[in-house]
Amino acid sequence: MKKNWPILVVDDEDVMCESMGAWLREDGYRVDTAPNGQKALELAKAMDYAICFVDLKMPGGMDGIETMMEIHRVRPEASIIIITAYATVDTAIQAMKEGAQEYIVKPCNPQEISMLVSRILKLKKLQSENAILRKKLSRQYRHCDIITKNPRMEEVLALTQDVASLRSTVLIRGESGTGKELVARAVHFSGNRADQPFICVSCAALTETLLESELFGYEKGAFTGAAAQVKGKFERADGGTLFLDEIGDISPKLQADLLRVLQERRFYRVGGNEEVVVDVRIIAATNKNLADEVHQGKFREDLYYRLNVIEIRIPPLRDRREDIPLLAEHFVQRISSELGKEVTGISAAALKVLIANDWPGNVRELENVIERAIVTCRNGMLDEQDFSWLQPAEKSSQNWDAPDVTLGELERRAIVAALERKHGNVKEASSALGIDRSTLYDKLKRYEIVH
Amino acid sequence: MNGLYLVPLGNVPANALEWIESATAEWFPLPVRRLPSLPIPEDAFDTKRGQYQSVEIMKLLARHAPHDADRVLGVTDVDLAIPMLTFLFGQAQFDGSVALVSLCRLRQEFYGLPPQESLLRERTVKEVLHELGHTFGLVHCAQPACAMSLATHIASVDAKAQKYCERCGMQLLHRFTSREEKV
Repeated sequence: MKKNWPILVVDDEDVMCESMGAWLREDGYRVDTAPNGQKALELAKAMDYAICFVDLKMPGGMDGIETMMEIHRVRPEASIIIITAYATVDTAIQAMKEGAQEYIVKPCNPQEISMLVSRILKLKKLQSENAILRKKLSRQYRHCDIITKNPRMEEVLALTQDVASLRSTVLIRGESGTGKELVARAVHFSGNRADQPFICVSCAALTETLLESELFGYEKGAFTGAAAQVKGKFERADGGTLFLDEIGDISPKLQADLLRVLQERRFYRVGGNEEVVVDVRIIAATNKNLADEVHQGKFREDLYYRLNVIEIRIPPLRDRREDIPLLAEHFVQRISSELGKEVTGISAAALKVLIANDWPGNVRELENVIERAIVTCRNGMLDEQDFSWLQPAEKSSQNWDAPDVTLGELERRAIVAALERKHGNVKEASSALGIDRSTLYDKLKRYEIVH
Repeated sequence: MNGLYLVPLGNVPANALEWIESATAEWFPLPVRRLPSLPIPEDAFDTKRGQYQSVEIMKLLARHAPHDADRVLGVTDVDLAIPMLTFLFGQAQFDGSVALVSLCRLRQEFYGLPPQESLLRERTVKEVLHELGHTFGLVHCAQPACAMSLATHIASVDAKAQKYCERCGMQLLHRFTSREEKV
């Protein structure tokens, strides 16, 4: 196992390299030696050394500090231990300033060096474990874990990558179950805030007062039962990302409060008079058409524009049916393993049934359907019969609240929906709507639809 | 037939060589042969430190190794060091053929205490097993009682037993029974 932590000894004296190398090899380390900085750099380029012992004084060419800096350039993770025969405070300070992890004076006690090496490697092991765990955590939300071969979804993924490291607010739109939170996590974990908190709040799940306390926290005595100061989600997300799900459902008062935080990056806890300053990136999500909500006076226009700096629209599953077999296979593998039930796959006939379904509950519904089928499955393969209970959805009219809207509004919505389906392609949208392009342009002007 | 050659360097007490012969015969399936004493090279002496540079003595041993030697074990009574470390109890070529043990710091007298032969014998055997173990590819063992555990001061030598732990012992045995180390 110690061989996983190779060590480099750099010293112009052969006897030093030889004896130090031999001593460390006895301890089970893989040790390389270099007589000068140039050779050390060559070796460091080829091998990821955990520790480099570098002699401070090497005649001709690079000295110890230069060698250390060059090694750090190619191997920033390597721990450099500067060795010197001349103990001066100045050189020690310089070495540490330039990035040496330790500074030892030769000759030193065997115990000292043995403890030094094991202390550094213990730290490295913890760092490496930490990195692995972080990687595992972030891998849960990587782009490649969003399974798709649909061009529109691929555009969504490319966009999440592009905006990941920006501070700009992101508004994710998509029907329920399309994976808005997954996309929000992908944005967070791909960006420079990945090692900071990602905090989720479902705005629809809480009443106005509860949501206010939840978001902004409260002071002791702010209301009955507020026994101590409690930090809200904004404070807990400081440095990271706050994901506000179902943002379209928040009350007008909270809309105003949220607008203030977005503008000023500061707020008061409930019952508090001390301003709290935070650095939080907001990602909001909704399954509503916020532009419509603004139009109807239900959502503040200024807040809408604050939130809608970058918009990511996730298409519903019925518009990316080519993803259904991929997602189904993925869910079969994952859920069967979680349930400990051996189901190896899904038949072509079953896939046909799934592809034909309209999935009003989108990917989440597909996942639930697969889970139910696995639970009741009697052989190792999901077949058509396992989905016999899945009724073909009636042709959806869910977006068409015909009784409540004017004919004009109905037409406006049909145009917006067609443009969305066709990614803003007017030619294709007009064809889908059964009208010609010039008529569609007229209607776009009339309804002031910007696409 | 190949063997393990024991080489005294400078003046080494005869009884110490006997202890070593007996201990090595117990652990290693190699005939042990004693060679005449070699003088310690003057250039190995570091006047500043008043110690002998172990690397120079190791080189001397390698130069004087008989052609049929499997292992050469040097034994000396002088204090050993390497440039990086203040002292060494011994040194070995890892997975090589040369090992060296110093009795100097194994003696109670070094620490200002009255001589104690039985303790010196125990310590000598432990260090000989340790250094020869390295030549057979054994690395430091985490078990403090194993002869292969790293001893950086005399108390840690005393904490060891005069034997290998089960794991190191099995590794050694495997080495002797594998094709590469047929003896």
